[in-house]
Amino acid sequence: MICEKCQKRPAAVHVTKIINGKKTETNLCDICAQEDSAAFGEPKWMLHNIFADLFNQPAAGSPSIPEKREGTIQCEHCGFTDVQFSQVGKLGCPKCYEVFENKLEPVLRRIHGNPGHTGKIPKRTGGTIGLRKEIEELKLKLKAVVGSEEYEKAAEIRDKIRGLEKKLG
Amino acid sequence: MTIKDTVISAKSKWAEGTGPDIDVVISSRIRLARNLKDYPFPHFMSEEQADQILQGVRTAVLQDEAVEKTGRPEFILLSELTATERQILVEKHLISPHHIKDPVNRAVVLAADESVSIMVNEEDHLRIQCLLPGLQLEEAWNLANETDDILENKLDYSFCEKKGYLTSCPTNVGTGLRASVMLHLPCMVMTKQVGKVVAAIAQLGLAVRGYYGEGTEAYGNIFQVSNQVTMGHTEEEIVKNLLTVTRRIAAQERATREKVYKDNQSVLEDRIFRSYGVMSHARVMTSQEALKNISNIRLGVELGVLKNINFAQINELIILTRPAFLIQKAGKDLNADERDLLRAEIIREKITITAR
Repeated sequence: MICEKCQKRPAAVHVTKIINGKKTETNLCDICAQEDSAAFGEPKWMLHNIFADLFNQPAAGSPSIPEKREGTIQCEHCGFTDVQFSQVGKLGCPKCYEVFENKLEPVLRRIHGNPGHTGKIPKRTGGTIGLRKEIEELKLKLKAVVGSEEYEKAAEIRDKIRGLEKKLG
Repeated sequence: MTIKDTVISAKSKWAEGTGPDIDVVISSRIRLARNLKDYPFPHFMSEEQADQILQGVRTAVLQDEAVEKTGRPEFILLSELTATERQILVEKHLISPHHIKDPVNRAVVLAADESVSIMVNEEDHLRIQCLLPGLQLEEAWNLANETDDILENKLDYSFCEKKGYLTSCPTNVGTGLRASVMLHLPCMVMTKQVGKVVAAIAQLGLAVRGYYGEGTEAYGNIFQVSNQVTMGHTEEEIVKNLLTVTRRIAAQERATREKVYKDNQSVLEDRIFRSYGVMSHARVMTSQEALKNISNIRLGVELGVLKNINFAQINELIILTRPAFLIQKAGKDLNADERDLLRAEIIREKITITAR
């Protein structure tokens, strides 16, 4: 048997896919099978579907997930809809995170446990976020040193905060 | 190395075979997902938008600072490579299998020593990847972080204070960071401990999977451990967490090796030398059999039973005997049987070790 994809090499892998109850069978050579990693059940692909399901979860008691519902939400920036998200498990553009915020929140909580970014802030695109975070951290530090009556250090930190606040304008 | 060298040479920075904990940890990888503001994510953008991203990234990576840092990076459109060449980049772990599914409007940027590779228009606009030999997660993170800073100088990232770096798939949002290590765990497989590790690790927000093979099957006893959670922790915390867990697994594998070797020295040596014999003489070898034998040879080197062969040579053997590499070497398309013949021939040639 010859590979159904490249039509050159002999087929070595028999792939059965069941998508929405529809069964398809293909015979691929090992190279095409490797390329078609979806045929190998790429774990990420499964993950997409799982939280697409989460995103789509009907409220308790409602019978099933309708294909198209009234009140589909659409991102005004890119045109992506929540129905599309539940099909592919990806968002359309960065703005979709705001547009679908309410529906995304439980998905993010399930994946990451703790929604809220605490990591790196890009220097240029991050604008004043980094500065504001730095001030917040210094204020916490200030409280601590005041508590332990280290007034010289406290004065130092206070000056630093004033300097940064000036930068913020 | 230029791209033309990359696709004919089995050498790569990660495969150098030197570095901390190299007896268990083959390589360490950091991947950062980044997207540009005001553009749809790759799966939802027009050809014109995809092209604009390619142009923007090309300019950013060819700026002086980037050139200095990565030693003359090369920007390569995937459509300019043959299917075999693209598959070789996957086999060398420089790009993902997903990236070559549809090579139109996609590119890869490679540093001269292949320690940094950037996929353009994969699942996200940018996937910055740093790959180093041995357990060097912190070093890889520093390299990725610096590369990221240089690119951000010229590119407008989509970033939000609450959710961090916005990614096409919500599994990557936040830091956009995926840290992973590739481990050789032959003795933990032998003693059936890997299942327990998988269960324990899942509770720490990490995942283990076999690197080669499908499902639960891990050909060549090579496993990849990576973080699953990307938001709510700093990059340093994620890296530190994986580093700590990896050190623990490595210590466990070493202790197991010692015990298995002490209790069954002749059985283990027989297994290693049998593989050595097969690799020196076999005329036909499947990819799966090669991975199995290479794993035994690696274990022989790790235990000090086999001398005169090093980890770099072993890594080279794995890369050289992957399907696309064989086709490249032959200079023509090969079917599975023809590949098995050529694979055996290359292994025979390369195994020039002398036994103890």
